[in-house]
Amino acid sequence: MSTRLQKGGRLIDRSKPLQFTFNGRRMSGYAGDTLASALLGAGQMLVGRSFKYHRPRGIMASGAEEPNALVGLGEGGRFEPNQRTTTTELFDGAVLESQNHWPSLEFDIGAINNRLARLFPAGFYYKTFMFPRFAWKHVFEPVIRRSAGLGKAPRHRDEDRYEHAYAFCDLLVVGGGIAGLTAALAAGRQGKRVWLVEQTPHWGGRAVVDGAQIDGMEADAWVRQALQTLRAMPNVTLRERTMAAGLYDHGYVLLYERVADHTPGDGRPRHRLWRMRAGHVITATGAIERPLAFAGNDIPGVMLASAVRDYVVNWAVSPGDRTVIVTNNDDAYRTALVLLDAGLSVPAVIDARPGGGGELAQAVRERGVRVLDGKGVAQVKGGKRVTGVSVCNHAGEGAEIEFIPCDVVAMSGGWSPVVHLWSHCGGKLIWDEERAMFRPDPNRPPTGADGQAMVTAAGAANGMLLVQEVLEDAHSAAGGTGAAPGGFCAAEERILPVWIMPQGAGPELRAKMWLDPQNDVKVSDVELAAREGYESVEHTKRYTTLGMATDQGKVSNINGLAVLSQALNRPIPETGTTTFRPPYTPISMGAIAGEARGEIFQPMRRTPMHGWHETHGAHFEPVGQWRRPYCYLRTGEGIQDAVNREIRNVRNAVGLLDASTLGKILVKGPDAGRFLDKMYTNMMSTLPVGKCRYGLMCNENGFLMDDGVVVRLSEDSWLCHTTTGGADRIHAWMEDWLQCEWWDWKVYTANLTEQYAQIAVAGPNARALLERLGGMDVSKEAFPFMTWREGTLGGFRARVYRISFSGELSYEIAVPASEGLALWQALLEAGEDLGVAPYGTEAMHVLRAEKGFIMIGDETDGTVIPQDLGLDWAISKKKEDYLGKRAQQRPYMVSPERWRLVGLETLDGSVLPDGAYAVDEGYNANGQRNMQGRVTSSYYSPTLDRGIALGLVRRGPERMGEVLEFPVDGGRVIKARIVDPVFYDKEGERQNV
Amino acid sequence: MLILECPYCGVKAEETELTPGGEAHLKRAGPGSSDDEFEAYLFMRKNPKGVHFERWRHSHGCGKWFHAARCTATLEVFGTYPAQTTEPPKDIQDRIRAKRPDWEGWA
Repeated sequence: MSTRLQKGGRLIDRSKPLQFTFNGRRMSGYAGDTLASALLGAGQMLVGRSFKYHRPRGIMASGAEEPNALVGLGEGGRFEPNQRTTTTELFDGAVLESQNHWPSLEFDIGAINNRLARLFPAGFYYKTFMFPRFAWKHVFEPVIRRSAGLGKAPRHRDEDRYEHAYAFCDLLVVGGGIAGLTAALAAGRQGKRVWLVEQTPHWGGRAVVDGAQIDGMEADAWVRQALQTLRAMPNVTLRERTMAAGLYDHGYVLLYERVADHTPGDGRPRHRLWRMRAGHVITATGAIERPLAFAGNDIPGVMLASAVRDYVVNWAVSPGDRTVIVTNNDDAYRTALVLLDAGLSVPAVIDARPGGGGELAQAVRERGVRVLDGKGVAQVKGGKRVTGVSVCNHAGEGAEIEFIPCDVVAMSGGWSPVVHLWSHCGGKLIWDEERAMFRPDPNRPPTGADGQAMVTAAGAANGMLLVQEVLEDAHSAAGGTGAAPGGFCAAEERILPVWIMPQGAGPELRAKMWLDPQNDVKVSDVELAAREGYESVEHTKRYTTLGMATDQGKVSNINGLAVLSQALNRPIPETGTTTFRPPYTPISMGAIAGEARGEIFQPMRRTPMHGWHETHGAHFEPVGQWRRPYCYLRTGEGIQDAVNREIRNVRNAVGLLDASTLGKILVKGPDAGRFLDKMYTNMMSTLPVGKCRYGLMCNENGFLMDDGVVVRLSEDSWLCHTTTGGADRIHAWMEDWLQCEWWDWKVYTANLTEQYAQIAVAGPNARALLERLGGMDVSKEAFPFMTWREGTLGGFRARVYRISFSGELSYEIAVPASEGLALWQALLEAGEDLGVAPYGTEAMHVLRAEKGFIMIGDETDGTVIPQDLGLDWAISKKKEDYLGKRAQQRPYMVSPERWRLVGLETLDGSVLPDGAYAVDEGYNANGQRNMQGRVTSSYYSPTLDRGIALGLVRRGPERMGEVLEFPVDGGRVIKARIVDPVFYDKEGERQNV
Repeated sequence: MLILECPYCGVKAEETELTPGGEAHLKRAGPGSSDDEFEAYLFMRKNPKGVHFERWRHSHGCGKWFHAARCTATLEVFGTYPAQTTEPPKDIQDRIRAKRPDWEGWA
């Protein structure tokens, strides 16, 4: 049993007990506990099940590297799965549930996989779930889905809020251990703007637990003094609970601050994501202890030696009564001393090194502990908890020399510098043979905009493990002047690299040596992968899933690649590491989203009449960032009914369309005419002042990208209307050509889209309605089709265009945006007895389709040229050049086989599904029917009381009257006849009255 | 998340303020060009690992297009300059040559 010790605990406040539950059982801990220390303090070592074999899993580490101890935390809108207990602070009322087991943590049916482990080797999924094909859908996938996956997805909306913040500094120091503090002190004294961030709520890192001496003080006291000094510096910012998640280009660092994880519901944002720009970054991120690969090293009670020490010193938690220590280095002896000081027993220290350890080993011996040099662990015994270890010669094959009963095994395979941030943006590593670690290569750092190093690694993150070298390294990394703080700790003997224990272990033992305890990857799996030809560490990772668990290989990576190197009989640096990618540890989705959720996920654009639409039954649809009324619903009316009514009203009376969203780009200057001749396929320079012309814009690939009516305002200025979604894009497109190609042309552009409200007044009564407003001669003679007039209309300063997208008599009235709503209301009032009513975008679509007018995005999809759409009349034959002209001369563009625009009428009058394809004779190489056309727009036309459609069909216009077959769902085939795309008023008389 | 200095307004702009525009110094091939010339203009891009000249627009700033000379592998920026030019300015070419002696030149 693990338990809480009577005294001690640097970080806990025994005067503040906190209550929590684990799988419904009530437990208590103290303020300052992590979830892990509270669980261990309450006697709970078993916390979950492994991913593949559902083996029992206990707490193994005390920090970010913990692979096993993940829980679902919280309830309802504050539930979150996969919370790492070792890095989450305990709070009162916390509700924890263990994961990946069924029906219960203690008794798990999936553990049968464990018995079948021989049948689940590396690459099991790839090898097994191949055939038969049908089994995937009905057998494999449902079973895998039920048993795979860790936590449960939250079911409720997140109750918390999150925020983003921006910050800048000269130097960002990551890690608040003694290296980070030393670097911050050195840089702070030089007057630099320094940020120092620490991922835990506590400063001082390992040194305060390991008991070093700095400047003649206990490390604890030195850390307090350093903090005091730093807090007094106005140029230094300290932030705890803040993790540097990722390091990116040009000194960009994402910092993840867990503001209120430990005080849920107190009104503060839960997490804050800092978007930091740092002039330089020092990674003082420390090192992570490596496990040792011996048989049974995954049994609950087998822990990292440093973690055992942390639990005793920081939280006064004893992981067990009898701890056997297994090591290949001197550091683990500190754990023995800490345990002895706490009154716990250490039956033996098993040291793989034939020559044993140095001063620390001697100190442990002097306390009466057996130290077994040159020995190893043959096997750990136990099921849900360690019961003992069988000792062997490390140099041998694992024959038991003696059995030592114990309930904890504290292991240390040496330390790996935390090189993640260094590596995120291209920093390279070197293998340090003497220290048996990958550490940052100072000659190949990540570089910034100036080509110089933007990151310096310092302290243990740079491979320095002794206090004195840590302090000196950090001081010099920050360019410190004068002497570094002086440190003292015991001298250490050299580490012996141990990748499997004992070194001659046979297959039986290797199949029980876990490298990745969460994903159940064992030494035997990596060796199997090597035998099967996986030589690249990246391939082996994916094949075996080594390091793909939620700790992202923090405990398993180095051991795994060392085992792979051994299996391939090549040196470790030749194998290399897998790629380190951000984030360092998972960050919440909420923090990534920040404030961008709900209403402010995306800014919404509103026309001046938007409020009126809202109060008059508008059913909105998103168009770009605008919301446009799709139709206006009257009481008891369905959407289709409303659309049909609006269409009939335009055809028979008069309708109003809010067209304010249309793009309006002013193009002005002495060269504006010839510029527009380049932009549009037709001639705009010859358009007389006072007239309007429909124009097409193509990209350099020849494909139609936008259309709209161009208006000649004056000798040197044109107003270009674009599609609603195209305004910004087309304005940018114009600017690109003006700035980068024809930069000596005198042309200015201005996007006036939001300056004007625009209302289309369409229908046979449109003229009568405008006459009622008065102030402008809108007669056929004075104001012909495709012209515009400026003046006052009913007292409004208006520019009126006689253009039509409905085929009816139509005027579009532009007024200053601030007067749009007033004009809208004036039109409705004045036209009440003329039958005036608003219509929405769907009616607009149907009206234009009835007339065979194309719509960008329906009839075009980025592969359609104007010639495909029968728009040759809008392409100038006289112009030498326009954007897209050269491309349209390519052989495929002039092929008669191209799919071209036609109308489609179903034989039975029904509505074709939008996007349906017309099949042709024969099959393609994939065994699919050949196609000869597709539907681009399809509607029910209330005007004609039948389905109408536009489509692109091979040689379409040459095939009038032919009947095509459109297979739709369920094997049904709809037959449709190729007809003229203009379904209504083919002569265009209605718009020209 | 690059930082590029806009040569027009002098702002050190973060990538989120900018819009990328692909390779710089393309020579437009219009009507009358051969198929090969047109193909080269429309589709053929250098995509080098190393020194590269790119178009960027300070779209959430002054709105101007400019060019940047940078290394696509290390993200080192050698300089930015106005788009109204047909080749990189000499001082930037010199700077690149000094830092990358084996650079084969911009053309």
